[in-house]
Amino acid sequence: MIIDDFLIRALLAGLGVSIAAAPLGAFVVWRRMAYFGGALSHTALLGVALGFLAGVHPAFGVAVVTAVAALLLSGFKSRHLGTDTMLGIIAHGALAAGLIAISMLEGVRVDLFAFLFGDILSVGATDVAMIWIGAITVLAALIYFWRPLLAVTVHSELAHVEGVNVRRVETIFVLLLALVVALAIQVVGVLLVASMLIVPAAAARELSKTPEQMAVLAAVAGWLAVGAGLAASMWFDWPAGPAIVASSVALYICARSVAVRA
Amino acid sequence: MFGLPRGSGAAMTETAPEILLAAEKVSITLGEVEVLQGASASLSKGEIVTIVGPNGAGKTTLVRLLLGLLKPDQGTVARKPGLSIGYMPQKLNVDPAMPMTVGRFLSLGVPTKLAGRGRRHQVLEEVGAADLMQSPLQGISGGELQRVMLARALLREPDVLVLDEPVQGVDITGQAELYRLIRNIRDARGVGVLMVSHDLHVVMAETDRVICLNRHVCCEGHPEAVSRHPEFVQLFGDQVASAIALYPHHHDHSHDAHGNVVTQDHTHDH
Repeated sequence: MIIDDFLIRALLAGLGVSIAAAPLGAFVVWRRMAYFGGALSHTALLGVALGFLAGVHPAFGVAVVTAVAALLLSGFKSRHLGTDTMLGIIAHGALAAGLIAISMLEGVRVDLFAFLFGDILSVGATDVAMIWIGAITVLAALIYFWRPLLAVTVHSELAHVEGVNVRRVETIFVLLLALVVALAIQVVGVLLVASMLIVPAAAARELSKTPEQMAVLAAVAGWLAVGAGLAASMWFDWPAGPAIVASSVALYICARSVAVRA
Repeated sequence: MFGLPRGSGAAMTETAPEILLAAEKVSITLGEVEVLQGASASLSKGEIVTIVGPNGAGKTTLVRLLLGLLKPDQGTVARKPGLSIGYMPQKLNVDPAMPMTVGRFLSLGVPTKLAGRGRRHQVLEEVGAADLMQSPLQGISGGELQRVMLARALLREPDVLVLDEPVQGVDITGQAELYRLIRNIRDARGVGVLMVSHDLHVVMAETDRVICLNRHVCCEGHPEAVSRHPEFVQLFGDQVASAIALYPHHHDHSHDAHGNVVTQDHTHDH
């Protein structure tokens, strides 16, 4: 069977996103921030619109807007309302603003379906290069800040007393998360972004004894899911983004049944 | 900045002790409650100080001020420059989603080069938990977790141990053991120890100085003297206070690991 160029690019894009998203996703799971990741992705459409307005690559606009949203989301606390409500206000507010902004842009037609569910089969060589540069940046930062980030996640006050700059570490974390969300939207779309973060990490949890094992296994699970999803997409003509997510969910189920038996 | 401890009948040594941590007339309002009103406290090298007081007295807040986790609205907090602090927080809830062994947990508090297996084993041995290295953190008992947190604090070669309710979730026999362990660590390492407690009975015997706190410092000094202080009696009730006042008379000796009688005057190093 001949493997087309577009499939190879899709595979490279998917592997690039998941090698950053899966280990970062472990922190999302540990810090109970699954909805934070989802909320960030909802702000991305505003980034697409602003990217068009500024005349830059939409992915760049998305990265800037998700980063600003990440800082706002982590800084905004209400005395009366829970975090989930605050996330909902900002995420859906930004989504609505994005939809309005897009409708007002003249001569621009955004493929909303691709935006919501991803369009990995249409990524170009430039996109792949951008994804890998972004992914390696995230991964390098994650490795560099690994111990302080882990210490803050376990107990932030204890980490503070032990000399960790808690605010700096937490800010870096949400910025990395914003960058990964911006990268992953191209692969699985807005609605499925959070799954690329949390599902491989959840599958890895079942088989891990240390945080490091879980992060590495999450990356492995992410790669397997991308490979299996794209294969299924090719053979059964499934949409690629949902096929990747479905594969990772299947992996989670396998990991659980293995862990239960062990 | 460093006020001398104002002891009422405290047994002070002749030479001026080296003060490690001090809060001077600190006040702080959290939300709408003035949690502390002009409270002062200090800790010297080699000293065990216990802050006691009822719930809501501001004990943990005072500790958080001393650690620099909070800033006072009024008053000053001073720490000796370059001070290494080993801190044991009141609660540690590690999310079950995070796989974590005791050994890995210990190494989170210090740079990798200081967290070698040998050093980690040594501190676990020091707190009597050497066999826990590979255990999952979420699977050990409350008392074991307290010892593991103490070991993490010791790994930092601290000058000061700050322990917020160190015997929480430990049964009464275990509590006495844990306090004895803390005192042994002080004896062996010469560190200053600042503890928070509300179980007065057990802690008294292992403490050099008690600070009785109820938003302000009610009284302060040697445990026995404090337990007779009218404000203390008022705060904790007659019966508790007299039980504690009698306590040293019942226990004018203790037993070492082999059951031999050891008088209190001669502190025993292990």
